[in-house]
Amino acid sequence: MAPVKVFGPAMSTNVARVLVCLEEVGAEYEVVDVDFDAGEHKRPEHLARNPFGQTPAFQDGQLMLFESRAISRHVLRKYKTEEVNLLREGNLQESALVDVWLDVEAHQYNPAISPIIYQHYLIPMRGGTPDQKLISKSMEKMKKLLDVYEARLSKFKYLAGDFVSLADLSHFPYTYYFMATPYVSAFDSYPSVKAWWESLMSRPAVQKVISQLPKQ
Amino acid sequence: MAMKVYGPAASTNVARVLVCLEEVGLDYELVPVDMTKGEHKSPAHVSRNPFGQVPAFQDGDLILSESRAISKYILRKGGGSHLLREGNLSEAAMVDVWLEVESGQFDSAMSPIVFQCFVVPMFMGGTTDMKVVEENLEKLKKSLEVYEARLSRFKYLAGDFVSLADISHFPMAHYLLVGPHASVIDAYPHVKAWIADIMSRPSVKKVTELMEAAIRMN
Repeated sequence: MAPVKVFGPAMSTNVARVLVCLEEVGAEYEVVDVDFDAGEHKRPEHLARNPFGQTPAFQDGQLMLFESRAISRHVLRKYKTEEVNLLREGNLQESALVDVWLDVEAHQYNPAISPIIYQHYLIPMRGGTPDQKLISKSMEKMKKLLDVYEARLSKFKYLAGDFVSLADLSHFPYTYYFMATPYVSAFDSYPSVKAWWESLMSRPAVQKVISQLPKQ
Repeated sequence: MAMKVYGPAASTNVARVLVCLEEVGLDYELVPVDMTKGEHKSPAHVSRNPFGQVPAFQDGDLILSESRAISKYILRKGGGSHLLREGNLSEAAMVDVWLEVESGQFDSAMSPIVFQCFVVPMFMGGTTDMKVVEENLEKLKKSLEVYEARLSRFKYLAGDFVSLADISHFPMAHYLLVGPHASVIDAYPHVKAWIADIMSRPSVKKVTELMEAAIRMN
């Protein structure tokens, strides 16, 4: 079987989301870079794979996919085993809770955390100064969310229940970059969240993807 | 015990869940949540949806939030899994892709437009911010170009079969059609035909009526 292909820059958070799933299931894969600076993401070859000109795109034989959470679901569904069951499809309640917390990551967590990552990392890379006001506003949103996460993770080991799932793993990429900013101290007030994060970081699949990320 | 959906029928996220219940024909109770009075932030509601949003959903002991997650649960439980295609790897993946697109591209452009054109004047006594509307109409058109290309090749978004990815568009599509910017879809004939097809589903007609009745009451 040919290795699956992930198209996008290795340092991209959305690419990393897919890679951690591939590592969890032990699938063979190849990362094919897409050069944003050269405008490669807007060229016909890439648009044929991701019509919105974004990354990642993904190829599994004849199947072409985009949207990192959809790609992740496919990988986890296709390579699911008894031991590695990160979607819990087949169990009505468990799969529903995985879906809920994956959507929370996409619709609540991501919009709160990504402006901080963008301002702290990408703006200086382009010669600009981070907008502290925007960062403060985002940090306020983050704290409100972390209150909810703390309550949840005081009751359960992971977000969907006492089992790890895609819902947890999906938080890894942006949180990893956040942990290297000065704002990381916000997590000190949330001991259950901190413990959950540490447990995710200790996963071999997560460590493997981190080792492939460019150094900060 | 019937499933419960908490929230106003006029909310697009509530309507999404209701249409799935109608698709599978399961019994449900719609419990109103008066957002004009801040009921969505009340302790009772927050105990069901910790983000203080609508909908919340209850089936016995199971309490869920996030409309697309709730929708999948309802379809799986109620015999509507053909709308998810989870038995077929490629098809299920395409449903997932276009459901993400619905949320990330369509809903994210439509939501500020609907907020400015409906919620601000009708519920907040304010004036529509045309700058916000114009910006998001431009984003919407860029997305609709992609949709047009897709729907020129396939009858529905995930392929030649209807799925949750298509139906999930209906609540915002409804507000687009009844709002001041409906003509934006005229430039995208396949999109226009696809929307008409979705809106003609009996489940969608039923929930559209609930949405309209809720708006009229205000």
